[in-house]
Amino acid sequence: MDYSLRKKLGLALYIVFLFIPIYWLVIMSFKGTEEILGGLTLWPQSFTFDNYHTIFTDSTWYMGYVNSMIYVSMNMAITLVVALPAAYAFSRYRFIGDSHLFFWLLSNRMAPPAVFLLPFFQLYSSVGLFDTHIAVALAHCLFTVPLAVWILEGFMSGVPREVDETAYIDGYSFPKFFLRIFLPMIRSGIGVTAFFCFMFSWVELLFARTLTSVDAKPIAAIMTRTVGAAGIDWGLLAAAGVLTIIPGILVIWFVRNHVAKGFALGRV
Amino acid sequence: MSLVLDNINHTVNGGSFLSNINLTLESGSFNVLLGRTLAGKTTLMRLIAGLDKPTNGKVILHGKDLTDVKVQERNVSMVYQQFVNYPNLTVRENIASPLRIAKVKDSEIAKRVQETAAILQIEPFLDRYPLELSGGQQQRTSMARALVKDASIILFDEPLVNLDYKLREELRAELRGLFKERNAIAIYATTEPHEAMALGGNTTLLHEGRVIQTGAATHIYRHPDTMEAASLYSEPAINLIKGRVTDSEVSLEDSVHFSLGTELEGLPNGEYVFGVLPSHIGLAPNNDDDLELNMTVELAEISGSETYMHVHNEHFELIVQLNGIHDYRTEAPVKVYLPTHKLFVFDLTGKTVQVPSSIQKGAP
Repeated sequence: MDYSLRKKLGLALYIVFLFIPIYWLVIMSFKGTEEILGGLTLWPQSFTFDNYHTIFTDSTWYMGYVNSMIYVSMNMAITLVVALPAAYAFSRYRFIGDSHLFFWLLSNRMAPPAVFLLPFFQLYSSVGLFDTHIAVALAHCLFTVPLAVWILEGFMSGVPREVDETAYIDGYSFPKFFLRIFLPMIRSGIGVTAFFCFMFSWVELLFARTLTSVDAKPIAAIMTRTVGAAGIDWGLLAAAGVLTIIPGILVIWFVRNHVAKGFALGRV
Repeated sequence: MSLVLDNINHTVNGGSFLSNINLTLESGSFNVLLGRTLAGKTTLMRLIAGLDKPTNGKVILHGKDLTDVKVQERNVSMVYQQFVNYPNLTVRENIASPLRIAKVKDSEIAKRVQETAAILQIEPFLDRYPLELSGGQQQRTSMARALVKDASIILFDEPLVNLDYKLREELRAELRGLFKERNAIAIYATTEPHEAMALGGNTTLLHEGRVIQTGAATHIYRHPDTMEAASLYSEPAINLIKGRVTDSEVSLEDSVHFSLGTELEGLPNGEYVFGVLPSHIGLAPNNDDDLELNMTVELAEISGSETYMHVHNEHFELIVQLNGIHDYRTEAPVKVYLPTHKLFVFDLTGKTVQVPSSIQKGAP
């Protein structure tokens, strides 16, 4: 067997291995509870859409997705609006303590999220933000903003300062330059940043669960509470899991070119 | 109608970049800033453009103080050494961008973009993106953007450095033509004396943040005020040898003696520094009063179709500029001929005492 064929085979095995859990999740979501608990089957014996039907008709289920999407979008928007100017300042201006501040921002990510849990919970409860989407979005900003500033700063530093100056000389005011010239030049970076914000906020469970109760409860939290009187509904849980993966796949599909470029150029 | 730089000083982080710059540049003139790297050319241009503010001093355009006017309102344009374009806009939109921002009518924009693109010969590429073009075409695009608006000051910061030799010659020749009918003040920075000479116009010689001399390019060549000016204008650098003049003869470094010819006659006795251009030294005698020197080759470097030969004896070193390509082994003995009637004479403070008459009259 020649080398390249062996390589291909090895890679194929690796991918199959990676996909086993996902495959198991997908087939499980089409099975009934008895079949799941009954024994090992590689393919659903009685193919059923009941699990999906339950999720799409029961508002306690599908509102979980809606809630998650709302605070994830909010988080992405807030993060970009805040991080773009900050990253620009770090990449273009020298000011006292700039490098320390830059590092300090990153060091926020080093603290365990649980440390921030209690203060956030107490603060949000006392100002009446508890169980709102914005509460989760803001809490997640603590982690996404430093990351976003760091990624965007890398991309912005890749744009020569002369471009800024040429734009000013051409007559662009700063806001016009920033929106019309600069942002399009770093759109890969923005795509990558948005992707990382999504990745973090979509899967984050601790904050999302603690800071919500009913109105803004995310899907991940709902999934952890599916223990009914008849035990755990495995099929339903699997279907919810599959539906949780799908938005991630969609986002990756849309930003895949930018991410590839981002990995090559920037600071990811 | 002119641009006046009034006693400009600029310091950054305690280091002085420009000191006591006083210049007047007339409308419709082509000005060359000549100086080596770190001479302050770019700093001066940034001050004129308004990208930086001078530590003290004033920038005055047509009698109006511009020092505190923002860059957007100065009506200047600038071309950098790097090819700076907006990569997300087509060449057409790149050129149009200063006009769009100034809210010029669409029909007018289309017309002016077309005209400027035609002058710079980039019409076929108008709908492409800058990064799809060659370096020369990219630089033409940024030049077109600088020329399309009626700027009162147009700054060129070594725009041709990153281009290959042929393109450089071609664009340089075109550039001179572009400014014939404009009433703008063009300022062109370069490190190369022969580029300054080829472009013509008024030359300002900058060195370490000071203005050394101003005047027409050929005038500075023929009448350098100081040793610094003469050596900045010579590429490779002028050879300088200390010497003493007595009643009848000159001795260089107390080792080489020759009699005062007609050229140096009347020079008062004393210590001087003598300068000779590398191109004036030859491998064969040209004239009766050529001084034969036995030297040792240190290095022969080939630059284009010329050879710069570094030679030395125990007292001094010389650079000899030879036409054509010559191979010399290191440490090889060589006879060079130094024309004593083509010597620059400077006093010990660096002031020019005498320039050879062949330089004063001759073509640069």
